[in-house]
Amino acid sequence: MSNQVPIAEGLFTWPSENPALLCSRCKNCGIASFPSAESCMACSGQEVEIEELPRRGTLWTWTVQQFMPKTPYHSDETPETFKPYGVGYVELPGGVRVEGRLTEGDPQRLSIGMEMEVVFEKYRTEDNGDEVINFFFKPV
Amino acid sequence: MDVAIVGIGIHPFGRTPSRNGLQQGAYAAREALKDAGVSWQDMQFAFGGSASAGNADALGNELGLTGIPFINVANGCATGGSSLISAYNAIKSGEHDIGLVSGFDKHDRGAFNADPEALGIGRWYGEVGMMMTTQFFAMKIQKYMHDYGISKDTLAKVSEKAFINGSLNPNAWRREPIAVEEIANSMMVSDPLTKFMFCSPSEGGVALILCRGDIARQYTDKPVYLKSAVLKSRRYGSFEVFAPSQALVQVDGPTVDASKAAFEMAGVGPGDIDVLQLQDTESGAEIMHMAENGFCEHGEQEHLIQSGATHIGGRMPVNTDGGCLANGEPIGASGLRQVFESVLQLRGDAGEHQVPGDPQLGYTHVYGAPGISAVTILQR
Repeated sequence: MSNQVPIAEGLFTWPSENPALLCSRCKNCGIASFPSAESCMACSGQEVEIEELPRRGTLWTWTVQQFMPKTPYHSDETPETFKPYGVGYVELPGGVRVEGRLTEGDPQRLSIGMEMEVVFEKYRTEDNGDEVINFFFKPV
Repeated sequence: MDVAIVGIGIHPFGRTPSRNGLQQGAYAAREALKDAGVSWQDMQFAFGGSASAGNADALGNELGLTGIPFINVANGCATGGSSLISAYNAIKSGEHDIGLVSGFDKHDRGAFNADPEALGIGRWYGEVGMMMTTQFFAMKIQKYMHDYGISKDTLAKVSEKAFINGSLNPNAWRREPIAVEEIANSMMVSDPLTKFMFCSPSEGGVALILCRGDIARQYTDKPVYLKSAVLKSRRYGSFEVFAPSQALVQVDGPTVDASKAAFEMAGVGPGDIDVLQLQDTESGAEIMHMAENGFCEHGEQEHLIQSGATHIGGRMPVNTDGGCLANGEPIGASGLRQVFESVLQLRGDAGEHQVPGDPQLGYTHVYGAPGISAVTILQR
């Protein structure tokens, strides 16, 4: 079985039975930041604690990326195999609005306000066979 | 102390294979010096910037090495605005009497590919394909259309107007009008924005000569006074480009903040402005920036644009030189292009793209990553 590695450390719990996105919450003003940070962008506080973000939220806005980006884009695709992908901000109640790739890339099937949940799926395979895992938002 | 613009110079925007970015900057500087009737040796200081065409102070190699303080400025799309504000303050403070502001650039074809790590964002953000300014603009207008009832046709109309104005401006890149249907039906880049709704990276150069207001008439019969020049960065809670997350509660962005401060500094209001240059990296941006800069209520743009109010002959002419849509985006030069165009308009020298009615007050606005805005108000 291939090794599964997160696309970046600290974005979400991994490995985990029930993974979740992680944020830092400021102990001073209570504002959540994603990705988690050592200080608070809202109040400059330097005491934060890491917590899990809710797994479900609503689509705040979205677009579909119709052409393959240049580097630093790094997927398994070639210009021939590239498929347009959705990107959106999902409002996670009590947390923040997180920007993420959407599992849906058809503009006809995306609308502001629809319910979304976070899923963790393979994004690309490294040369050494490792599967790189990223978070995506999927229509519920 | 008033600060005046007494010389303006431009190198045509677009693609000029025979000249590098620095040479386009030098061309614009020589034009500005000639316009003010001064020599490079008369300049007491200079500020300048380019994003992709080298250090602006290398202009000394082209224009002559005179020993003046030449400060390089790098502030993304607000580079030109930042140079201008620095020059404005250098004169206003009494430190210098006259100096030059320069902005030029030369970018490769295709979308900008920004480096996430330079902006303090993890590499993963670019790897998964979210390091795209185009996506931000698309998502911002998508939400705006949903909230304020702006139609897709209005998006296309903004581009149509830009290319009409570009066709009247000899320094513009895109000089052919494009039918509104062709704009709407061109390749989708990032929903809801099509290819002809986005500006493209390009090339060009602009230079301005600024001096103390009380000596301006030594250089020109038509000085244009800089009544305000303001730069603001984002506050927590504003919705900005290259943001892996945003706050649940939204606050006004840097455009709103810069605009309010600029009107207050100039002692005028949006209704007093005769000609507007608003950042139009894509057609949605022009629509949203009309309201963010205080020129209308959110949603009013639908009627204003459909009724032609933003055309050269309309009551609120916007981007009279074709804006970024028709001129492209050479990052270092764009903000100064807006000022160049405003000065032309206020002098009454804009030729085929001249706004009628003897305009007295001009307004310029730029917005850039990662959430900065620069605004100027100019008076003849």
